[in-house]
Amino acid sequence: METYKVPPNGGDEGLDTADDGALVINVGPQHPATHGVLHLVITLQGETIQKIEPHLGYIHRSIEKMCESLSYRQFIYVTSRMDYLSAHINNHGCALCVEKGLQLEVPPRAQVIRVLMGELTRIASHELWWGAMAMDLGAFTPFFYAFRERETINDIMEETCGARLTMNYMVPGGVMYDLHPNFQQRVKDFIQLFNNKIDEYDDLVTGNIIFQNRTKGVGVLSAADAISYGCTGPVARGSGVACDIRKLYPYAVYDKVAFDEIIETAGDSYARYLVRVKELRQSVRIIEQLIDNIPEGDFQAKTKAVLKLPKGEFYSRVETARGEFGVYIVSEGGTTPYRIKFRSPGFSNLSALDHMSRGSKIGDLMAIMGTLDLVIPDIDR
Amino acid sequence: MAFLKEYISEVYHAVSSLLKGMRTTGSYFVRPKEIITQQYPDNRADMKIPERFRGEVVMTHDENNEHACTGCTACELACPNATIKIVTKFDTTPEGKKKKALDTFVYHLELCTMCNLCVEACPTSAIKMAQTFEHSVYDRNQLLKKLNNPGSKLRAGVE
Amino acid sequence: MALILECVIVMLLVISLFAVLGLVLVLMERKVAARMQIRLGPNRVGPKGMFQTAADTLKLMMKEGLTPDGADKFLFNLAPFVVMIAAMLIMAPIAFAKGFQIWDINIGVLYVSAVSSVSVIGILMAGWASNNKYSLLGAMRSGAQIVSYELSAGLSIISIVVLSGSLQVSDIIASQQTGWWLFRGHIPAIIAFVIFIIAVTAETNRAPFDLAEAESELTAGFHTEYSGMKFALFFLAEYINIFIVCAIGATLFLGGWMPLHMGHWEGFNHLMDYIPSSLWFLGKTFFLIFLIMWFRWTFPRLRVDQLLSLEWKYLLPISMFNLLLITLIAIMGWHF
Repeated sequence: METYKVPPNGGDEGLDTADDGALVINVGPQHPATHGVLHLVITLQGETIQKIEPHLGYIHRSIEKMCESLSYRQFIYVTSRMDYLSAHINNHGCALCVEKGLQLEVPPRAQVIRVLMGELTRIASHELWWGAMAMDLGAFTPFFYAFRERETINDIMEETCGARLTMNYMVPGGVMYDLHPNFQQRVKDFIQLFNNKIDEYDDLVTGNIIFQNRTKGVGVLSAADAISYGCTGPVARGSGVACDIRKLYPYAVYDKVAFDEIIETAGDSYARYLVRVKELRQSVRIIEQLIDNIPEGDFQAKTKAVLKLPKGEFYSRVETARGEFGVYIVSEGGTTPYRIKFRSPGFSNLSALDHMSRGSKIGDLMAIMGTLDLVIPDIDR
Repeated sequence: MAFLKEYISEVYHAVSSLLKGMRTTGSYFVRPKEIITQQYPDNRADMKIPERFRGEVVMTHDENNEHACTGCTACELACPNATIKIVTKFDTTPEGKKKKALDTFVYHLELCTMCNLCVEACPTSAIKMAQTFEHSVYDRNQLLKKLNNPGSKLRAGVE
Repeated sequence: MALILECVIVMLLVISLFAVLGLVLVLMERKVAARMQIRLGPNRVGPKGMFQTAADTLKLMMKEGLTPDGADKFLFNLAPFVVMIAAMLIMAPIAFAKGFQIWDINIGVLYVSAVSSVSVIGILMAGWASNNKYSLLGAMRSGAQIVSYELSAGLSIISIVVLSGSLQVSDIIASQQTGWWLFRGHIPAIIAFVIFIIAVTAETNRAPFDLAEAESELTAGFHTEYSGMKFALFFLAEYINIFIVCAIGATLFLGGWMPLHMGHWEGFNHLMDYIPSSLWFLGKTFFLIFLIMWFRWTFPRLRVDQLLSLEWKYLLPISMFNLLLITLIAIMGWHF
């Protein structure tokens, strides 16, 4: 029997795999900066990036196909596993789509609860992004400060929804339980604490000269490119594209609260960073307006035990922490969807990565990927 | 000269922004009270788990070892992951009639995502979510649970 | 014969000092990091986690020292020792206490700045021999970085040489009898000190200049392929280098083992003399080490071109101009 012998050069063609002296390196699927199983094949000329090819599919679970065999109550919980940092908002989008099909009126209390939870989720998601972004750029400490605040939100979620990350709190017609009696007080305490902490974040990271040099003018994405790549969320808003679904197609009670859509025009990593940091304050503003004005009433509309959507096609969209999340349901009139499609923001945002990072240094890649705020299960589904 | 002034102010702003960051981390260094670490296995005794926390599905039994499960399989149908399997049997009532009843409530903890849909679906509130969360075991078979106690029977009056 | 015996004893002492320093500094770094990051840090092995690093070392020693198939085996295995030996050599002229010095060579400061550049050879060797693209990138970065930052580190060392008029370590310490150079040299000495700290942070590959091992970009840079004890040697050398550069900084700017003396306040000076000189030395050194750790746990990392422009556009011109000022001060005798 012949045994396999490793060739003297380790089976590699040598360091230079391209003819023109370019270096091809694989960043991922196991790499500290990709935050998941993203695989980027990067062609380098020295330290300069010539080309980036993202390879996807390492965590593909065919969620869309799975949903075709689940009922309209059941499929909502699966969407928590896509963009797990905006689990609430994903669930909200699905619930909205089913409600659209059922022509169901959601009680006002449930709508306010949904918005409150969504904004808390957005803060938690931006917190994690902020810490991870700073960590990608080499500053470890902000990560722990960010997680301290995020933990408080998780505790609030746990008390009301019963879980910390994948809450499955939205059901067609409302929310699963009523708010916990402590909820309002704890959220108010959190907001008070959080307002001070945002200033600390600015001291530690936003104002830091090294951080500014690392992000300003890096990974510039023009407004036209942002639109043609289909970028949404903070990525597009950092390039000056007004695309906040909460403003353009208001759902739940977003048309009744006052908040600003943050738009920066520079299109670089720093602009995208600023959009997210300023969104933290806007989310706080929304919560402050709603927390004392939760209407009394039902938290769930009366629904039948078995939900059946009429024959037709339904689409709803929500603004997650990463951009526009769309749910498209084709119904044949049965208890399960005939076909379901999710429009995940991460996939479109990732597609602009190659365009943004050509010609930058490999160190810039971390700044660019950090501000894209990729969640890999959201891209692969 | 304007160039030199710009250069010096640039250096000054750079240094002051760095010192600001160092002030933040340094202030935490001298305030050990801010430490948030919870030493988990040690603080088990005084750990507070919210009552709504979803840890695993359990069936409530009263002091007479009676439960409220009629074996209607609403939870089995509501479960998205086929976590629950209900085995029914036929009891004979005192009147001599045959009646469907619960034999075994099989619960696969390893498949469960704690989505709470089964508890919502249950018409008789026979099952609920428990707050336990330390589920790790060495053998996967130990995660397959029978939720109704041996010898338990349907509480009288529950339909 | 007696000379050989002396050499052996010194060698053993240096090696054991290395081991102890490695253990203490790694633990200190972890504790400092934990406090800044509102965590507890290691607290399970021994009282307050004091034996954590000893346990880690034991683990590293028991691990397999892997050599990748495609690597240049000789250079790959040599590299950690080159880095380690370079660190050991700089230990020679450092005065740990009054009269406690291995080798009081008359060009001590020059010797230190010459030998400290040898370690980059070890890093380049490691990066090249690993036959790994990340390692190569890390090693090249490290080469560019150390060559540039040596300039401003050297210039700030020279400014103290100008002030004290000697290259010999014992003379430099003796010249600070009436006060440390940091205080006596007016603002230029403080500028030189700040530049020195920045430059040595870069020379030891510490954050925010840890581009050679930037883990979010290059996984682990030049020591990606190393494991077990060979990795531990790199790790140890990093901390020994920090200790050494901080010791040199303390010697040049903070008077080494010299107690805090204030001009001609006799009573105060006598009081300060009661504190043993070794404590003064260690206190100053560990203060500087703490400063460098503080940098690491606060700042993000620079990009490679920014790293070089910081040196060539800011630090080098400033330190050259500063050297001019210091020379003026020294010639006119304006220092205290």
